[in-house]
Amino acid sequence: MRKYWSFFKMRLMAGLQYRAAALAGMSTQLVWGVMEVLLYRAFWLEQPERFPMGMEALASYIWLQQAFLSLFALWNWEFNILESVKTGAVSYELLRPAGIYGMWMAQSVGNRLSRAALRMVPLIAVSLLIPAPYGLRPPASPAAFGLFLLSAALMVLVVCAYSLLVYALTFYLTDPNGIMVLSVALADLLGGAIVPLPFLPEGLRRIAALSPFGSMQNVPLRIFSGDIPLSEAPAAMGLQGFWIAALLSAGYLLTKTGLRRAVILGG
Amino acid sequence: MIEMKGISKTYRVRRREAGLGNALKSLVSRDDTLVPALQSMSFTVPDGQILGYIGPNGAGKSTTIKILSGILRPDSGTCTVDGLTPWEDRKKHVARLGVVFGQRSQLWWDVPVMESFLLLRDIYRVGEREFRENLDRLTELLDLGELLRTPARMLSLGQRMRCEIAAALLHGPRVLFLDEPTIGLDAVSKLKVRSFILEQNRLCGTTVLLTTHDMQDIDALCSRVLLIGKGQLLLDGDTARIRSMAGENLSTEESVADLYRRFGI
Repeated sequence: MRKYWSFFKMRLMAGLQYRAAALAGMSTQLVWGVMEVLLYRAFWLEQPERFPMGMEALASYIWLQQAFLSLFALWNWEFNILESVKTGAVSYELLRPAGIYGMWMAQSVGNRLSRAALRMVPLIAVSLLIPAPYGLRPPASPAAFGLFLLSAALMVLVVCAYSLLVYALTFYLTDPNGIMVLSVALADLLGGAIVPLPFLPEGLRRIAALSPFGSMQNVPLRIFSGDIPLSEAPAAMGLQGFWIAALLSAGYLLTKTGLRRAVILGG
Repeated sequence: MIEMKGISKTYRVRRREAGLGNALKSLVSRDDTLVPALQSMSFTVPDGQILGYIGPNGAGKSTTIKILSGILRPDSGTCTVDGLTPWEDRKKHVARLGVVFGQRSQLWWDVPVMESFLLLRDIYRVGEREFRENLDRLTELLDLGELLRTPARMLSLGQRMRCEIAAALLHGPRVLFLDEPTIGLDAVSKLKVRSFILEQNRLCGTTVLLTTHDMQDIDALCSRVLLIGKGQLLLDGDTARIRSMAGENLSTEESVADLYRRFGI
């Protein structure tokens, strides 16, 4: 376990040095959050009774989404891994007495945490200062906050497990770009990135909630504000657990067979 | 002890003629060509030997190294390194193995070299004392000093190669594979790397398998040379023998070129 922990630490440290990227990301996300809140505000002022979420819950959702973007945004791929599979540098990783899937997982989690760590504190601080109902509100209850933290951890694992599955597919494809673009588009729609899931039509909403994408940001962000009540949270988190197990085992098997038939070309 | 018996490996290469018409045709029917990379390769390397492995580009050198390091599985044949089959017992095998690919890097690009070394310590589970001893020795012999605190991306090629070699030896492997370790290095760095390899072999009895196109590497380091071409073992002997096979007054470089011509490879 120690070696995977060290991998995680290494990736975390490496990620923490990109200060300019963090600053740029922070300002983008702040502006983006303001625009999104203003947009929803316009709809909300028009017909508040037709809103499937309270404006306060929605604003909290948007601000947390901006603060933790790097934790779950699927386009935040670990390009080191993709490159290493494409160029064959992955061979060096096979020279380590460690499981390649474990190393990838540790790296992916480290990458996402380092990016989020640099961006989230200022965003949370600023959005707490914005007056109700447009700013970030404290969590619905202490219990909701606890479950939020837990399901946020599960979310990171779901997102990383999904990314790893895409990296594993790279063994079978000349270029993984197609599947990456498709994944990002699906996650935007079904994961609650463009609009939170309660805003989707009923049928689509159900499919989205059951899909792996629905086990990403959708769960913790809505538990925080109480939009997913405490009574429904365990089921949603159970589904997160299911997707972690399913995605990890699928990707693990693909990698195993992929490596068996892999031929690393070039001297 | 490295033993290879009857190892064969064939690659499948997708070929087609240039042009749009042929590109469309290849959507329907694909024309795979089989390219034999190794044909029934057999040899044995005793412990503590420095073995040079030479042959023209595409002869099968890298394929051999990949099979021996467990990252490629051959189509047939058996192979053991200190009693383990590399591709079957990969994790156990690589724990005792050090590898340097001259054309790739194993250091993490954006962090100081020392961070990579510490990570390798944890991955190979090297004890703190053993790690310190190895690190001190490598730092002195390879003149690493300040380099340890420098990010890998800011090192010159020669500096980086010294760090790469140190990285491959931190866990005290018994077998070391060097795939073109002096490629692109200046004269001073080459000499440093060579004298280090000899020193490592003398002090620790490390078995070294070296592939190179630099015949001076062979001259300076290897007691024995394997010449391969088109996936087959053509010659197994010491450096002097290679020289004696070629004409008088030829440098090692010329005598090897002469051999390549004579074997038609």
